[in-house]
Amino acid sequence: MTEFASPTARVSTRPAASRRDIGIKRRYAAERRFRAFGFGAIAIGLFFLAVLLWSVVSKGYTAFQQTTITLPIEFSEKVIDPKNERATDPKQLFTANYPLLVREALVKQLGLDPAKRPLVKQATDMVSASARSQLRDIVVADPTVIGKTIPVTLLADANIDSAFKGQIDLTVDEARRKVKDEQVAWMNTLAEEGVLKKSFNTGIFTFGASSRPEAAGVGVALLGSLYMMLIVLVLSLPIGVAASIYLEEFAPKNRLTDLIEVNINNLAAVPSIVYGLLGLAVFINFWGMPRSAALVGAFVLTLMTLPTIIIATRAALKAVPPSIRSAALGLGASKMQTVFHHVLPLAMPGILTGTIIGLAHALGETAPLLLIGMVAFVVDFPGSPLEPSTALPVQIYMWANEAERAFVERTSGAIIILLIFLIFMNLGAILLRRRFERRW
Amino acid sequence: MSEAAVEKALDQKMNTVPFKMVGRDVSVYYGEKRALFDVNLDVRENTVTALIGPSGCGKSTFLRTLNRMNDTIENCRVTGKITLDEDDIYDLSIDVVELRARVGMVFQKPNPFPKSIYDNVSYGPRIHGLARTKAELDAVVETSLQKAGLWNEVKDRLHEPGTGLSGGQQQRLCIARAVAVSPEVILMDEPCSALDPIATAKVEELIHELRANFTIVIVTHSMQQAARVSQRTAMFHLGNLVEENDTDKMFTNPDDQRTQDYIMGRFG
Repeated sequence: MTEFASPTARVSTRPAASRRDIGIKRRYAAERRFRAFGFGAIAIGLFFLAVLLWSVVSKGYTAFQQTTITLPIEFSEKVIDPKNERATDPKQLFTANYPLLVREALVKQLGLDPAKRPLVKQATDMVSASARSQLRDIVVADPTVIGKTIPVTLLADANIDSAFKGQIDLTVDEARRKVKDEQVAWMNTLAEEGVLKKSFNTGIFTFGASSRPEAAGVGVALLGSLYMMLIVLVLSLPIGVAASIYLEEFAPKNRLTDLIEVNINNLAAVPSIVYGLLGLAVFINFWGMPRSAALVGAFVLTLMTLPTIIIATRAALKAVPPSIRSAALGLGASKMQTVFHHVLPLAMPGILTGTIIGLAHALGETAPLLLIGMVAFVVDFPGSPLEPSTALPVQIYMWANEAERAFVERTSGAIIILLIFLIFMNLGAILLRRRFERRW
Repeated sequence: MSEAAVEKALDQKMNTVPFKMVGRDVSVYYGEKRALFDVNLDVRENTVTALIGPSGCGKSTFLRTLNRMNDTIENCRVTGKITLDEDDIYDLSIDVVELRARVGMVFQKPNPFPKSIYDNVSYGPRIHGLARTKAELDAVVETSLQKAGLWNEVKDRLHEPGTGLSGGQQQRLCIARAVAVSPEVILMDEPCSALDPIATAKVEELIHELRANFTIVIVTHSMQQAARVSQRTAMFHLGNLVEENDTDKMFTNPDDQRTQDYIMGRFG
């Protein structure tokens, strides 16, 4: 009997076996295709990231170098204070003809004939017009320098700076370029003498706004962004986390809380410029808060960041296993103790991730800040968040609109600074997250 | 003494043991659905009471009414009366936090906090103010771990995470954590269902020892376990209490046909 049964059994299993074989091949092919797609997607992403970074860095790294000219400046009393009135009239020191000091020093350095005015003019054009305020600040800070000769490092003019960095094509006809042949010759002699050289550009970090590229920096914007990030963090993290904890752990689940949840999700998708309009209407026009102030910007960005933080926090709270809550409640912990002793610490990594995403978003936000007037030309550092300031992305936007060649590299340089700011913020969050991360 | 005489003596002894918790006409509703129908069940002091029955019969639901863990479930409503030493635990004057300190709970899956072993055990005493100094707290942790039979295994690594222990050790850690609050009653919801036979044996042994100091109510799916660890057994079916009896009688000569069928493995 069995001898008869076994062949039929084999016959009946054969089609099933071959059918299954085809299926497996197709499954593996599908998996390979999917892997190829995934690999391709990542490769494309990495390629564009590399292009972005390369274009920003290759254009922007020169912004961190600045050409300077170190000249022995004679602070002659004849020029600064010819009538010797500075004891009675301190204003004298502010209005003195400082560019003349630079001119005299340059004429002496280059051995020019002071009578040839056009030539002298070209020579003095090599030094930034910011030399006036630089020398004035030296004299005002310490009037005893009058009568002495001390070496002062002055900023080179943006055109000379560009030429010295090799960014200006010198083969172009002289009439059509901003740097004249004499200036190039002087530049080279001064460079050989060690008077003119490139050094690290601290100014880009410390200067405020200026129409002269060599004297323009992101200092005010950096401080403004820092103020805003601190205020946004201080406001949005506690408010967002408290709101999420209440909604997730305490609030009854009914139609009202459903409505609130839907609205929070929708708010996360509202275009940021709408928040700017809200800030303009409510904070500035209705509450009468100052225009261009970091505080108002921070308020607007807080409103913008809150939905992101709330959504991330609620997701993090939901991800905490219910068994942990039961364990704490079963021991007789109150609801509040359960949440704050057990659930919140476990949700902390997720909350921090959400917060950093929200803050990074806020740091790069430009549109709402334009509406509340943070697009201003601010030269002086804001002493408090109530004083006018700008923000990094707004500064980048403003520089991108400038026509001068030297602002191109500064725009990219400012982008690099913004990215570094972001990296430091992320680093802080990652370190914090490490401290909170626990296995279960 | 003859065997029958011993049994009789035991019965009498059993019947003189005072009731720790008394449930009268306990019904539980999840929204519209009724999960328990007028259950009358008494829990005797220093006794292990096993709740058995097929899945979904309401035994866990009943267990959770005893320390009001059902309060945490949305739409859950409890009617009837449950007393702990004659205090109605659903009375407004009873604080649920205090109740849960008196009626501790061990869950189906070991759920230690992702903290150190020491912090796991000391958490309860800390929030209930049971230890005033560090030395007192250390003593509570040590005695609790000893009661849970875990002290010798973990005394050198008290500050390592409790989640790093094996499954059986984690469950005993959870028992130590419950014991540390000095509850009067300990509820156990299938405490061995996630454990291997050796760990199960250890936990069962532990339950046997804990009986001297605590009143224990245990939900179990294992008939053998109920027979091994409990003195009283209650059988649930479809939300009704079918039979409650001494464990020995229940497994040898049950009063109800359904109990007989369930124990014989005919349904469930």
